[in-house]
Amino acid sequence: MLLKQPLAFYSESLAGVDRDELQGKLIVIEGPDSVGRSTQVARLRTWLEHQGHAVLDTGMARGALAGKGISQAKEGNTLGPITMTLFYATDFADRLENEIIPALRAGFVVLTDRYIFSLMARAIARGEDRPWIERVASFALVPHAIYYLRAEVRDLLPRVVLGRGAFDHWESGMDMRFGADMHDSFVKYQTRVIHALDRMAKRYNFVIIDATKTPDQIFRELQRSIGKLF
Amino acid sequence: MPLLVPNRYRGKLIVVEGIDGSGKSTQLSLLSQWLRSQCFAVAFSEWNSSPLVRETTKRGKKKNMFTPVTFSLIHATDFADRLERYIVPLVKSGAIVCADRYAYTAFARDVVRGVSRRWVRNLYRFALRPNLAFYFRVPLEVAIGRILGGRNAIKFYEAGMDLGLSRNVEESFRIFQGRILDEYEAMIQEVGFHVIDATGSIEEQQQQMRDIVMRELGESLRNGVMRASAGDMDAAQTAARVL
Repeated sequence: MLLKQPLAFYSESLAGVDRDELQGKLIVIEGPDSVGRSTQVARLRTWLEHQGHAVLDTGMARGALAGKGISQAKEGNTLGPITMTLFYATDFADRLENEIIPALRAGFVVLTDRYIFSLMARAIARGEDRPWIERVASFALVPHAIYYLRAEVRDLLPRVVLGRGAFDHWESGMDMRFGADMHDSFVKYQTRVIHALDRMAKRYNFVIIDATKTPDQIFRELQRSIGKLF
Repeated sequence: MPLLVPNRYRGKLIVVEGIDGSGKSTQLSLLSQWLRSQCFAVAFSEWNSSPLVRETTKRGKKKNMFTPVTFSLIHATDFADRLERYIVPLVKSGAIVCADRYAYTAFARDVVRGVSRRWVRNLYRFALRPNLAFYFRVPLEVAIGRILGGRNAIKFYEAGMDLGLSRNVEESFRIFQGRILDEYEAMIQEVGFHVIDATGSIEEQQQQMRDIVMRELGESLRNGVMRASAGDMDAAQTAARVL
């Protein structure tokens, strides 16, 4: 479902933000690890720019305040699940207030590779309380559209193996030791993440896109839908 | 209000709260020495001290990058790290953890900065509920006298300069601390503070604290809580560290 009215906050309003000033469009691409989000974001950016739109693309842990701290913390072996969730929430808030909202004020199309939903899904997959993290993240703006690239874990596995060629510690949820090795833990953890995202789909009006289709098919589907926002 | 997670472990959690200059750190230090002298395993945790988060907080402060929300979230991250990695495992093992400031500091400070009371209370819902929370009540002018008399220059965020209350650091500090004081006063019932009159002598205040500890925790301190035998006292002293 697409939103055409002015942007709103989920429930906590950020101080100093006049929603009527936000003239841009906020478009979210969500989905589990290795589902192909960044490929689509890159293509969409080029396409939107050809159409004459100014585009800001942003994604998790890329903020000026906390980005570095998060990657350093992930190199160590002490990062706990609640600490990680809140560190990512700090980064998200920083990018929302200092990148996304200023860009929306300036009339940009903001294309974000993940939003609060992955942050919440990862927390929920790690056993944290759903209402807790939903309320923590409730200062987010309701996007104009949220595209959920959906696939099953069995579809993600070949992408991991053929793509990077190895499992990632955090993408496998190894901090929680969901399984005996990286593969088992990956399967269990990503299943939980996908389940958590599925449960959000209706509540947050996700547009579900079948990510097992070819990248071209997915791109055309996204183009068709995003075209309706303007 | 059962906001925080009840402590079902053998160990105890004792926290102190109050505005800057209320004398809470002095009192907590005396209390922990007293507990240590009775051979209890005592650990210490300070607000805003997680090594994992330190660089980020420093960066944000140096470049004035914080907004009320990011300021609140980074402090919650710092708190979560200390809680997950240090406080909870120690309390589980039977130690008495003494914390200089706790979630209530955020309830007061972050609300003054402009986040909602409800939001920040939810943010800290994962915190272990203290067995005892002392609030050092002090009139604003007394606290300010102590601060301005003793310490180095007041820092930007400490004075609430990010709020634009006044261009004068001292004036801003005064207004900011005054508002924090109001928030503390308003939450006494809600969070169940033991209020200590922080204008009394150091010795009087300490006696009150010890009386309350014995009255509230006396029985359970004798059972369950980890203790060194008298011969291990040296070990108990060296084991105590600050995070």
